[in-house]
Formats: sequence, C-alpha cells, structure tokens
Amino acid sequence: MLRVENLDVYYGGIHALKNVSISVPRGKIVTLIGANGAGKSSTLRAISGLVRKKGKVFHDGEDISSSSPEAITAGGLVLVPEGRKIFPHLTVYENLMLGAYVRNDRSGIDETREWVYDLFPRLRERAWQKGGTLSGGEQQMLALGRALMSRPNVIMMDEPSLGLAPLLVKEVFEIIAAVNAEGVTLLLVEQNAFAALRIAHHAYVLEVGRIVLEGSGEELLADGRVREAYLGG
Amino acid sequence: MYESRTKRLNVAAVALLGFFLWWAQGNLDGYKIQILNLVAINIILALSLNLIYGFTGLFSLGHAGFMAIGAYVSSLLILPAAQKEMIFLLEPLVWPLSVLQAPFFVAVLAGGVAAALFGLLISLPVLRLGGDYLGIATLGFAEIVRVVANNLSGITNGALGLKGIPNHANIWWNYGWCLFTLYFIARLVNSNFGNVLKAIRDDETAARAMGIDVLRCKVVSFSIGAFFAGVGGALMASLLTTIDPKMFLFLLTFNVLMIVVAGGLGSLSGTVIAGVVITVLLEWLRFVENPVTIGSFHIPGIPGMRMVIFSMALLFIILFRREGIMGMREITWNGIIGVCRRKGEKDRD
Ligand SMILES: Nc1ncnc2c1ncn2[C@@H]1O[C@H](COP(=O)(O)OP(=O)(O)OP(=O)(O)O)[C@@H](O)[C@H]1O
Ligand SMILES: [Mg+2]
Repeated sequence: MLRVENLDVYYGGIHALKNVSISVPRGKIVTLIGANGAGKSSTLRAISGLVRKKGKVFHDGEDISSSSPEAITAGGLVLVPEGRKIFPHLTVYENLMLGAYVRNDRSGIDETREWVYDLFPRLRERAWQKGGTLSGGEQQMLALGRALMSRPNVIMMDEPSLGLAPLLVKEVFEIIAAVNAEGVTLLLVEQNAFAALRIAHHAYVLEVGRIVLEGSGEELLADGRVREAYLGG
Repeated sequence: MYESRTKRLNVAAVALLGFFLWWAQGNLDGYKIQILNLVAINIILALSLNLIYGFTGLFSLGHAGFMAIGAYVSSLLILPAAQKEMIFLLEPLVWPLSVLQAPFFVAVLAGGVAAALFGLLISLPVLRLGGDYLGIATLGFAEIVRVVANNLSGITNGALGLKGIPNHANIWWNYGWCLFTLYFIARLVNSNFGNVLKAIRDDETAARAMGIDVLRCKVVSFSIGAFFAGVGGALMASLLTTIDPKMFLFLLTFNVLMIVVAGGLGSLSGTVIAGVVITVLLEWLRFVENPVTIGSFHIPGIPGMRMVIFSMALLFIILFRREGIMGMREITWNGIIGVCRRKGEKDRD
C-alpha cells in the first residue's frame, strides 16, 4: 500500500534520515518507534512531501516521490501532524470541512462527516465550538477526524498520544484500532512504544536516522533490546 | 429566519447611514465632511490590509505602494487633457495617457485593477517568504514604487506630482465604495475560501497537509487586498485633488496598520470602529501640534507630535491588549439582539 525505499533527508549539514526503507501493507497498522530526535517525524514529513528528500515513495503502486503535498493528500495519503495541528480559530465543523478540501462531492462529504461524528460523538456535540477551546483529547479526535474527512486509504499519525493523560491515551489507541477496523491503513509514529506495539501488526525501530530493527508487534514487545531501550526494562 | 432578519437589519443600517450622510451634507461644514470622507477611505484601506494580514496572516507593509499605483492610474484617467498639458512641466505626459479619459467609476476600478496586477506580480516571488521577511520585502516594494514615481516624469510628473485632480470623490462615492468593500470582504472571509485563508493563517503546515494549495490562496488574498488598497488610493487622490510621491511614505502604511491592529486582527467590525475612532482622533489631535500659550508661557508647535502620541497608543495596545478592540470577534445583529434581550430581562427582575 505504502512503500518507502532508501529515503535520505538532510537538514543543511545534518543527515537526519539514512537509507530508511519501510513497507506498510494494505489494511494493517505499522508503527515506527524511536527516541527523541531519531527521525520519526522527518520520515513522515518526507513521505508527505513536506521536506526535501532522496529516495523513492510508492503509494498504491504509484510513484509519489516528487509529488506536491497537495497532490499526495488528494491521492488518499494523509498526515496528522505532530502536536495536533488543528485550526484553533475555526469551529470543529469548519475544521472537519477543511479536511475534505480535496473532495468536491458535496453529499459524499456530508456522509463522511456523519461517519466521523459517529466515531467521535464528542465532536458532534461540540460542532460549533472553536477548535482551540477543545481539550487535548478532543483536539486529537478532531485532528484524526479531519484527516478522515478526505476519505484516505492511508493515514500517517505523528505521536497521537503526546501530552495526553493515560486514560485518554488508551482512548486514542482504541480510536486508532476502530479506524483501522474500518479498512484504513495506518502508519503510526509513537514515543509510547508499549501501546503502539500492542496494536501494530508490524513495527520498525529507528535510531539516529537508521532502521535498526523490525518485526511484528509481538516480536518487538518480547525483544530484549527493545524492552531495555523503549519499554523501561 | 435569522438570516432574513440579519438581511433586513443590514438594509436598515445602510438606510440609516444614507440618511445620516444626507443630513451631514446639508448641515456640517467642509472640514467635518472631509473627515467623514477620510473615515470611509481609511476603512477601505484597513479592511483590505486586515484581509491580507489579519485573515491570511501575511505581514505586509506594502499598502502605500498599492495606494500610489491606484492613485496615479485613476488620477491620470480623470485629469482633463488641458490640465495634463499644463501641469506636466518637466516632460510632457506620454501618449496615449495624455489623451486618455474615463468616467470616475471606471478610473477608480482601473486604479484597483492596476494595483491588483502589481500585487499579483510581486506576490509570486515575495509570498514564498514568511513572517518578517515578507514585511521587509513588501516595504521594499512600496519604496520602489515611490522612487519610480519620483523619477518617471513622463508618466507621474516626478516630484511635482499631479495637481488639479477633479474632486469627484464625494461622500456618496466614498461611502458607496466603503460599503462595497465591507460587503465583499465580509462575504469572502465567511465563505469556504475564507476558512481556507484562516486555516493557512493558523497553521500553514496543517493546511498543506489538508491538500490546500497554500501559495495560490495567499496570492489570491494578497491580490484582492491590493485591489482595494488601489481603490482607496484612487479615492484619496480625488478627494485631496493633488498627489505627489512624498505622500506615499511609510507613514501612510503605518496609519492603516494602526487601525487594523487597534481594531483587532481578524475582526471586520473592529476595523470599522477603529477606522472611525482613529481617523477622527488623528484630525482632532492636530491641536497638539499648534503653538499654545498658557498664561505667559508660550509653547511652540511641535510638528509630528500627534504621531508620537499615536505610536505610543499603538505600543500600549500591543502591550496591554494585543488582540485590539475586538480581538477576532465580530459584532453581529444576533449578538446585539441577544445582549438587548438579556438586559431587558435583567431590568424586569
Ligand atoms: N527543520 C529542521 N531543521 C534542522 N534540523 C531538523 C529539522 N527538523 C528536524 N531536525 C533534526 O532532525 C533530527 C530528527 O528530527 P525529527 O523531528 O524527525 O525527530 P523525531 O524522531 O520526530 O523526534 P521526537 O520524538 O522528539 O518528535 C533531529 O536531530 C532534529 O533536530
Ligand atoms: Mg517527532
């Protein structure tokens, strides 16, 4: 569904990603874990065309290595950026409608919105509230709901659990599993390795810009090195 | 139901404004009418800058440049051929400008379109820059326009400027354009496209992740803003009847910026209120520049004093009420009716 081959990213002199290759099969949840500054966000930004890169990216068999971010989103591959970048001065409803920017089938959009409201009833209750006044958990729901509005087949999420209370983290991961159950393929970047590995079908470990380990979620949960480095022994 | 009520109240408000202007024309002296005219033009200018800066988040300092373009283009179209021949002393005005004539409305429109074209032209290189760099680049643009106006004697009459511009910009034209600007920009910022602009302002990366063509939307917003700045410049030229390059210094942009910031970035009603208040205050404060005699003390007038006062006021706003008078809120009829109703209920208790 999504295939990344030999990705390299440089920020000025910094070589942030070194020969990263990732493959995300259709309908699966794949996670990318790693310490701060390992290059997780850079990987997602490079895939969505927001930073310059070397290497190849294929989405649905199509080469999108040199496509613009707009074209990539329109093609059904959407990024939920780090730090829930919702639009604080727009209402929940308006935020969602912007998520459907690349579509122009009015009735289909209304249908998708109802579907998102059913997934997150709290968003329906707060449809006319400004995005910036939502709680952290609600903002994360909105960010995910907004991404769903374009009816993507792959969603990339950058640290959806960042800054959330443990109870909300659990909720967010349940939501992610529910979205996946609807048939959406997910590439998930997480610091919270334990929760991510538990729901992931496949996982990669990134260390200073390089993939050092990969395997199924269970394999990595059982792996001694992973336990020591990311799961606190 | 709410919508039709809002529409009726809008019509009533416009009628009331029309009545007031009609009354003012018969009863106020020329100086006060002039201030009323300046209010309308300043509101046009501030609304257009608010679209660019407040709603799209583009820190532009190029307003004086767009105004100058609008002013020169429109003035050259309404100046009678004989007058043109008389004032162009350094170099004759180039053909076909020397004979070209247009009705006032068309001339103002042409001024706006010319400004918008220049906006379009510079926006492609300039809007790739972000934040402060954009401010510096647009400031540079305005300065270039002024220098060119100073030197292109065959078109602008250089430093001598244009004199005897027909005074067509009466209260009706100015307020007509002002209402049109308000209507157009209000419709725009409340449309889907308006939401896209606000999204770009709030978070550009997220907007791009939504598939929004950020640069194109910025270009459109910037050019529309430039259009209305050109219209404002055209009206101002006809109101003052003379223009020269010195008029379009940065101070002009600063005045407009002050109205926008004081009223609230992203609030149209705030801009209208601040437009009225600041224009009136700017005139009223002229007295601080006049010489004063208190008893045996004689204080000579200090030119520029009111700008000092205004700069200080702006500093205070930025320090203590950054969001301006209105913040991003708007005064709406539903809001007013809500407040009245609540007050009525309280009075009954
Ligand atoms: N725009 C940039 N300019 C320069 N260096 C950058 C830029 N963005 C990221 N980097 C550097 O690239 C490296 C990888 O950053 P990245 O944001 O991808 O890390 P991350 O794995 O997402 O970390 P975190 O878990 O803290 O979010 C870091 O060393 C970072 O400082
Ligand atoms: Mg990151």
